Amino acid sequence: MSVILVFLLVIFCVAGWWLANQRIMSKPWLEGGVVGALPDNDVTHMPTAKVGLGVLLAVIGGLFALFASAYFMRMEYADWQAPPMPAVLWLNTGILALASVALHCAVVAARGGRMDTTRLALAAAAIASLVFLAGQLVAWRELAAEGHNLRVNAANGFFYLITGMHGLHIIGGLVGLGWTVRQVWRSQTITARLRLGVELCAMYWHVLFVIWLGLFVLLAGWASNLVAACRQLLM
Amino acid sequence: MVDVTPQSDGTVPPAEVPDVELYHPRSWWTTYVFSQDAKVIAIQYSGTAIAIGLVALVLSWLMRLQLGFPGTFDFITPEAYYQFITMHGMIMVIYLLTALFLGGFGNYLIPLMVGARDMVFPYVNMLSYWIYLVAVLVLVVSFFAPGGPTGAGWTLYPPQAILGGTPGGQSWGIILMLVSLILFIIGFTMGGLNYVVTVLQGRARGMTLMRMPLTIWGIFTATVMALLAFPALFVACVMMLFDRVLGTSFFMPALVEMGEQLSYGGGSPILFQHLFWFFGHPEVYIVALPAFGIVSDLISTHARKNIFGYRMMVWAIVIIGALSFVVWAHHMYVSGMHPWFGFFFATTTLIIAVPTAIKVYNWVLTLWRGDIHLTLPMLFALAFIVTFVNGGLTGLFLGNVVVDVPLSDTMFVVAHFHMVMGVAPIMVIFGAIYHWYPKITGKMLNEAMGQFHFWITFLGAYAIFFPMHYVGLVGVPRRYPEIGEPAFMTAPVDNLNAFITIAALVVGFAQMVFLFNLFWSLRFGRDAGGNPWRATTLEWQTPTTPPPHGNWGDKLPVVYRWAYDYSVPGAPEDFIAQNDPRPQHSAAHPDPSAARPA
Repeated sequence: MSVILVFLLVIFCVAGWWLANQRIMSKPWLEGGVVGALPDNDVTHMPTAKVGLGVLLAVIGGLFALFASAYFMRMEYADWQAPPMPAVLWLNTGILALASVALHCAVVAARGGRMDTTRLALAAAAIASLVFLAGQLVAWRELAAEGHNLRVNAANGFFYLITGMHGLHIIGGLVGLGWTVRQVWRSQTITARLRLGVELCAMYWHVLFVIWLGLFVLLAGWASNLVAACRQLLM
Repeated sequence: MVDVTPQSDGTVPPAEVPDVELYHPRSWWTTYVFSQDAKVIAIQYSGTAIAIGLVALVLSWLMRLQLGFPGTFDFITPEAYYQFITMHGMIMVIYLLTALFLGGFGNYLIPLMVGARDMVFPYVNMLSYWIYLVAVLVLVVSFFAPGGPTGAGWTLYPPQAILGGTPGGQSWGIILMLVSLILFIIGFTMGGLNYVVTVLQGRARGMTLMRMPLTIWGIFTATVMALLAFPALFVACVMMLFDRVLGTSFFMPALVEMGEQLSYGGGSPILFQHLFWFFGHPEVYIVALPAFGIVSDLISTHARKNIFGYRMMVWAIVIIGALSFVVWAHHMYVSGMHPWFGFFFATTTLIIAVPTAIKVYNWVLTLWRGDIHLTLPMLFALAFIVTFVNGGLTGLFLGNVVVDVPLSDTMFVVAHFHMVMGVAPIMVIFGAIYHWYPKITGKMLNEAMGQFHFWITFLGAYAIFFPMHYVGLVGVPRRYPEIGEPAFMTAPVDNLNAFITIAALVVGFAQMVFLFNLFWSLRFGRDAGGNPWRATTLEWQTPTTPPPHGNWGDKLPVVYRWAYDYSVPGAPEDFIAQNDPRPQHSAAHPDPSAARPA
């Protein structure tokens, strides 16, 4: 359970830092209102949707940290036989990176009010994400063709489960991206609302890309080497 | 504080909080069924949770009938008994308590108490309820599926959960259970996002975090915990579903069943236990923290006194929330874990008792020399404190490895967790319903029926669970439909078991009086007015009762003080509402600089 505990530690540090900035040392019973003093509004100026997405991404991060924890714990057992990494995963990683970069470009273009570039970048990101999903399916088929079926070993099971779960999240993101694309295509100018939509998509894709990198490292078996090396250092 | 020149009439200019655009329902369907109003969603959540909770109540009767009068009821076979305990536990913990505290009270109280018009994502909030309803329906369907519901115990431990020997293991029961849990978690995440982000972003002007009522602190922290803990259950459910349906071996070791080698091999049941309890222990506090928060507000309001140690109460809630993530393995002392692990988890378990004890002391000190009104909410709040202390003390026993090992899997454990997370939170739920019903409906609940309900429930719960501790101490194991009189037991418990069963039946029937009261008072109850308890918090200051969609009419409230200005010396009334702009009377907190001679 070490992965999830480290993840939680990060979350708690962020939450603690945020709380520390919220006047938790104040003594509210001494702060009676005074006529003429309009109380401050200490709510952040960040758009609510962004805060909401941030919380959702923390939950998604926790979900994958838990999968990783389970992966490490199950790995300790004698029957563990990790499947070979399909080479196409390298390509897929690159393509997902492209999607992420495209969305970053879309954000920059949207902030600059350049409609055409925004549209182009959004479309590129959507297409790259679809190609990524297709590539994941190719990886599944390759593995299955080599006889690494779901049932053969728990390591195979984890491979399909974790990549599948990540794919599902990409599909969920594509629903949001599709909605944003539709809005952008219907609109003549880039409104604040559209810009926010593009930013949200980019935020989601960046985090899912980082999660994918973590999963890639995990499934390729490098993570376990890293853990073993760390253990040796500690011993 | 921003200094603003007061207008000529002494009021302050309107707050510059951007008002939210509300969804305006157009038809009966979108007003009452597919509603995006948090208050309607709250009532939908509560109604569904109470309805499914009644099923769990009946299941507990059936279990008690079997335990109290073994062999009398032919239809309660051992398989059926296992199905009853499983569904009773699962429904009560997840589909009733979690849904009612967060989906019910969370939805109703968060927007009102922080001074918002609604949740920040009303559409997602509506979706949350409907997915929860589907999860409940899938659970109900499992009762009628071939093979019946799962009988794996509420912890669903593999390998037995998905083997043929367990009811529902090789039929639909376990599959429907897992699917229902997965749906519940997805639905809850949608609601949880709303509760957290509304507290973060939806607060009215002046409602700093440290001015929020403790109810909101409790619900907020519990929701954050639930958002981090439920994914562990999600992962466990998905992996078990894979094991059951697709034949993977995440949790399933090599097994021989009925002389036949199964295709599973190498899996780890302990892995499931870790995932399950990584969710399961925070779950206890997901239920307890909203209860802590609500009870603080009930005590303060009905004792007409500010809550003692508000800051300490907030910090304790947050600390309990964080600590509860590092105690999960105290549910696994007998799973063969390394003794050092046991030592570590026993230590963290005892540490968590410190902030919890601080809360109990603060409740008692709030009552100290308070103007205690023994209203129904107050009675239930007092019952909660007593019950929670009782259940918490046996928790200290069970938290220690050497004491836990002999007591593990006995009725003592059953008595402990029913006291601490069954009876105690239910007391708060009742107290909260008696407290907020006037706001929800505009009518007071009938006092006589309420008194009857309280005394039967309170005394009855003790009649049920106090003897159960003893039954466990003499060695009766849990999860056995019938044990006879084995040699290891030091004393027979037949009469005691029969007594507990009768008490359970009586307490169960008393709940019917409560339900009747809910409907009776809706029509015949006394008119409550806007603020019958003379409380300070914002939900009692709405322009109309019950509050309409949008809560506040055309002007959002502005908050000038904390939530606990009761019995302020020199104030004209014994409470000052949070949105009351009048300055606190100088007698309340004399300013030392003002007293000094010029």
